[in-house]
Amino acid sequence: MSEALLVQEAGAAPVAAPASGARQFWLRLRAQRAAAVAAAVVLLLLLAALAAPLLAALAGQDPDTYHPDLVDSAAGGVPIGSFGGISADHWFGVEPQTGRDLFARVVYGARVSLGVAVAATVLQVAIGLVVGLAAALGNRWIDQVLSRITDINVALPLMVIALALLAIVPPSFPRPVLIALVIGGINWAGTSKIVRAQALALKSLDFVSAARLAGRGRWSIARRELLPSLAAPVITYAALLFPVNITVEAALSFLGVGIKPPTPSWGQMLTEADTWYQSAPTYLLIPAGLLFVTVLSLTVLGEGVRTALDPRAASRLRIGTGREERGERTKERAS
Amino acid sequence: MTGFLLRRLGGAVFVLLSLTVILYAVFYVAPGDVAQIACGPRCSPAQVAQVTEQLRLDDPVYTQYWHFLQGIVAGRDFSTGTGVEHCAAPCLGVSYQSDQQVMQLILTKLPVTGSLVIGAFALWILLGVGTGVLSAWRRGRITERVLTWLTLAGIATPVFVIGLLLIIIFCSTLQWLPSPTYVPFTEDPEQWAWGLLLPWVSLALIESAKYARLTRSSMLETLAEDHVRTFRAYGVGEPAIMRRHALRGAVAPVIALSALDFGSMFGGAVLTESLFGIPGIGRELVHAVKVVDLPVVVGMVLVTGFFVVLANAVADLLYALADRRVVLS
Amino acid sequence: MTTPLVQVEDLTIDFGTVRAVDGLSFTLEAGAALGVVGESGSGKSASASALLGLHRGTGARVTGTVRVAGTDVGTAGEAELRALRGAKAAMVFQDPLSSLDPYYTVGDQIAEVYRVHNSASRRAARARAVEVLDRVGIPDAARRARSRPHEFSGGMRQRALIAMALACEPRLIVADEPTTALDVTVQAQILDLLHELRRETGMGLLLVTHDVGVAAESVDDVLVMQHGRAVERGPVAEVLGAPRQPYTRELLASVPRIDEKRAAVPGPRAADPDAAPLLEAVDLRREFGRGARRVTAVDGVSLTVHAGETLGIVGESGSGKTTLGRMLVRLLDPTSGRLRYAGEEIGSFSEKAFLPHRRELQMVFQDPVASLNPRRSIGESVADPLRAAGESDETRIRDRVRELLERVGLDGSRYERYPHEFSGGQRQRIGIARALAAEPKLIVCDEPVSALDVTTQAQVIALLGELQRELGIGLVFIAHDLAVVRQVSDRVAVMRQGRIVEQGAVDEVYGSPQDPYTKQLLAAVPALDPAHAAARRATRSELAAA
Repeated sequence: MSEALLVQEAGAAPVAAPASGARQFWLRLRAQRAAAVAAAVVLLLLLAALAAPLLAALAGQDPDTYHPDLVDSAAGGVPIGSFGGISADHWFGVEPQTGRDLFARVVYGARVSLGVAVAATVLQVAIGLVVGLAAALGNRWIDQVLSRITDINVALPLMVIALALLAIVPPSFPRPVLIALVIGGINWAGTSKIVRAQALALKSLDFVSAARLAGRGRWSIARRELLPSLAAPVITYAALLFPVNITVEAALSFLGVGIKPPTPSWGQMLTEADTWYQSAPTYLLIPAGLLFVTVLSLTVLGEGVRTALDPRAASRLRIGTGREERGERTKERAS
Repeated sequence: MTGFLLRRLGGAVFVLLSLTVILYAVFYVAPGDVAQIACGPRCSPAQVAQVTEQLRLDDPVYTQYWHFLQGIVAGRDFSTGTGVEHCAAPCLGVSYQSDQQVMQLILTKLPVTGSLVIGAFALWILLGVGTGVLSAWRRGRITERVLTWLTLAGIATPVFVIGLLLIIIFCSTLQWLPSPTYVPFTEDPEQWAWGLLLPWVSLALIESAKYARLTRSSMLETLAEDHVRTFRAYGVGEPAIMRRHALRGAVAPVIALSALDFGSMFGGAVLTESLFGIPGIGRELVHAVKVVDLPVVVGMVLVTGFFVVLANAVADLLYALADRRVVLS
Repeated sequence: MTTPLVQVEDLTIDFGTVRAVDGLSFTLEAGAALGVVGESGSGKSASASALLGLHRGTGARVTGTVRVAGTDVGTAGEAELRALRGAKAAMVFQDPLSSLDPYYTVGDQIAEVYRVHNSASRRAARARAVEVLDRVGIPDAARRARSRPHEFSGGMRQRALIAMALACEPRLIVADEPTTALDVTVQAQILDLLHELRRETGMGLLLVTHDVGVAAESVDDVLVMQHGRAVERGPVAEVLGAPRQPYTRELLASVPRIDEKRAAVPGPRAADPDAAPLLEAVDLRREFGRGARRVTAVDGVSLTVHAGETLGIVGESGSGKTTLGRMLVRLLDPTSGRLRYAGEEIGSFSEKAFLPHRRELQMVFQDPVASLNPRRSIGESVADPLRAAGESDETRIRDRVRELLERVGLDGSRYERYPHEFSGGQRQRIGIARALAAEPKLIVCDEPVSALDVTTQAQVIALLGELQRELGIGLVFIAHDLAVVRQVSDRVAVMRQGRIVEQGAVDEVYGSPQDPYTKQLLAAVPALDPAHAAARRATRSELAAA
């Protein structure tokens, strides 16, 4: 294609309408079937999380009411009825021992899981963007200091530090906020490294030199020339980080240092389910399955976003195309 | 080369030193009433005062930090109330709970975590690289699609979920395996291996997914490069191209990632250890966190950080050695 | 009548919806040399790849028949095709660095290819590798065979690739732009090597190139391609000397000639050498890196540029010409030396102090892809200097941009369009419009036409000349192509390893070069007249021996 473009010097109108970036992105994302399905699932989950009270109300339940009549206290609190007490009233059954409605707890749990992960991702991107840009645009000294700080950030083992931090913060501090802060604050080094490397590469391109020659200031160049081109790698990276953050939150809650009861969270349900899997397997399978589906959809979506934002990266992996183009475009090499 | 090693070493020391400052500030300064934490919630004011005295918590913060650092570099003495105990370098303090020296504690846990990591590591490299090579070889066919989805599923499954499922299937339902228990290798190698089998498999299943992806994408990237076209144009067959040229391109990234994972796993196998009840560093840390045993927490984070920094340096070095094009600087 | 070595009939290649080659037919007799010449997109490389069946499994659709050394490439089985590749017909690719595996030694790679086609022991294969490396003129071949490609220079790598091609004694060598990535002196060496090998072994050569001069020096017959079709074919002297087709004529007219004096330029030219220079550099130096890895890119360069004149700077890769150009417009700070502009010492100015003059020194860049921000409309890019100058009236900005775009020969209404919608030459025009928007006194053009096809090249050069006459600005024209520099410059400076080895009026330097390096450089440029090729080869070997 682009080879054909190069041929047309003066004359003949080139093809391709000026499709806006966002529009093109959607078209490319939609063209990937797996990613489109994943996007739909993610959207559904987000809606369910946002509308948790509504959904619970629709089911006629809430996440905190005990139903002692629905569990067999003689058998140690096993839900009465098949499949963990699934019924018209309790769509996912009830929690062992307490008899709380599982559907309500799961949708409220989605709120916590997704909310924490979104906040953590936003934080990671924000810190990474600021640190990375400042390192790339600042002088040698600033770059040195920020790069060392990034090194230190890399050396912080996420799970371990998160565990340790959660131990000393007073329980009065709201846990979901704390977890988002901890994940975001410990794990931004990747973003800042990507941003720094990209910004440095962009800075050496001729169009940035041209902007300097035009007499534009440093910040104006950062905003107009660099940021738009940084969006693609940063969005891609964020899309890949998001599912990781969900897993980390679930893991912390699973270890009993994350979200504290009575706030429902998937990871914490799994801890409790550990002891019930024989008598009430649905109690284990439902949060485990949801966690799996969520992370899988987000990962597939992340891959899709990557492909949609950088089709070259994807086509690079296809073999045998673009040869002629590349060979002939680098016609002459200069110093 | 020597210059690279020295610079790298300097950087590592700087990062670790910064880590001690941060950890000290966050865990000993920020909480405020360290004496109360050390003594426990039910301590009387008199007891708290005694602990303050013993731990010299009245000293200025920088003096306390200095002593902490001194302990790591040269060792230090602790008053135990009844006498003085010497803690040899690298001294990370003494547990509030068990009065055991943290370094001793870590050293007793290290072989346990080591057993877990080394076995899992061998498995996941085999499985991951094998899967990656197979899907690159069968690219564009059904095998690759199936493997790609399996790999994605592996990436999407948290280790504690797969671990739970494996326990339920093999230990409870089928009863093929005993519940995982840790038996030291020196005691009974066979029991050691059987006890660790499920943890190894769970970790390996999850970790290998990453390696499968990396191997596959590195190989495909190499296959798209010009030099592969050269060898095709000279009549070299596809098997030889895969074996000699494509796989060679995956070596450096896989080795580098292995070093990183191997290092961070020493402190980070927290989930696996907790789930399977393996008494390693990770489980000890979770326990220490729950009872707010500050010296143990700080000590373990520091040791983990040390492994991560070490792994980073080793990864860079191995990458450069494997790639040969990279100039060490 | 024997069967020809290569027989191509009605070859058509489609990449998706793009037809790269359209009904191409030609033959090549054993031992003969055919040059396939064309601009980018003419389908010449795709045709060359088809000779070895390299389009198989790539999604390209190939129809027609291709017979090479008795093999029907289109219908041959995998094994038969592999037996052809490398053994009967071998390919030499353009970029010698990426065409070799970075992980293995050069000797091992040649040995691998040899063992595919000959049942030889490892040891014998390695010995063969050393033999062919020695044959292509790699000094100390036994030792160098154990080096990896990145330890070789560009010319050495291309020699190694040719050695690989020779390893199995093929009857045909297909060389796809074999010298395009190389400096002109190295290019001459490689072409001489190919010529010599052909004479010695009697193998056929199919040389694909965009450079008519390269073909003129190396082949017997030439085939001119355009848009996937053969335009003209015949003996090289005939086609280049008396082209029958209009396209061939146009192509030849666009090729800058080193032996042709600059056409007399009408209109006022600055010319007054006694006037104070616009820009003066004195002993300019620039170093990169620190400590043991310090490199001096520009090493004490002094030059002047007057208003209305063009100073050409020629040099091969690594000569420091780009670094020098960037220092002249203050994109790079000199390590030492003085830079005077309009009577002021600007070399030591801070960015802020320099701001009043900032827009008076502009640059046109080499790479038409990298010099425009792909995410901003071209109008916005051109408007940059206007806005930075404080203009805020949108209509006035739009009007001025339209005027500038039309001035450089583009449709002024395409303000909102994005760079990818323009061709390479058009993008270069946009770059010129952006430089003009700043109302500069001096423009440094850094290889402004090296990424363009010759016909486009000629148009852009003509535009630059016109603008200079109209506006009386000073131009610094940096290029590696000696012929292009001769066409545009009043004075010329020859750079080598960060220094200017010779400087003077353009006809003097080209007519009677004083410095041995300048002589070597000039002798290396391929001439369009094939009759002179032999004589020039002789001159080169004399110069090399000297």
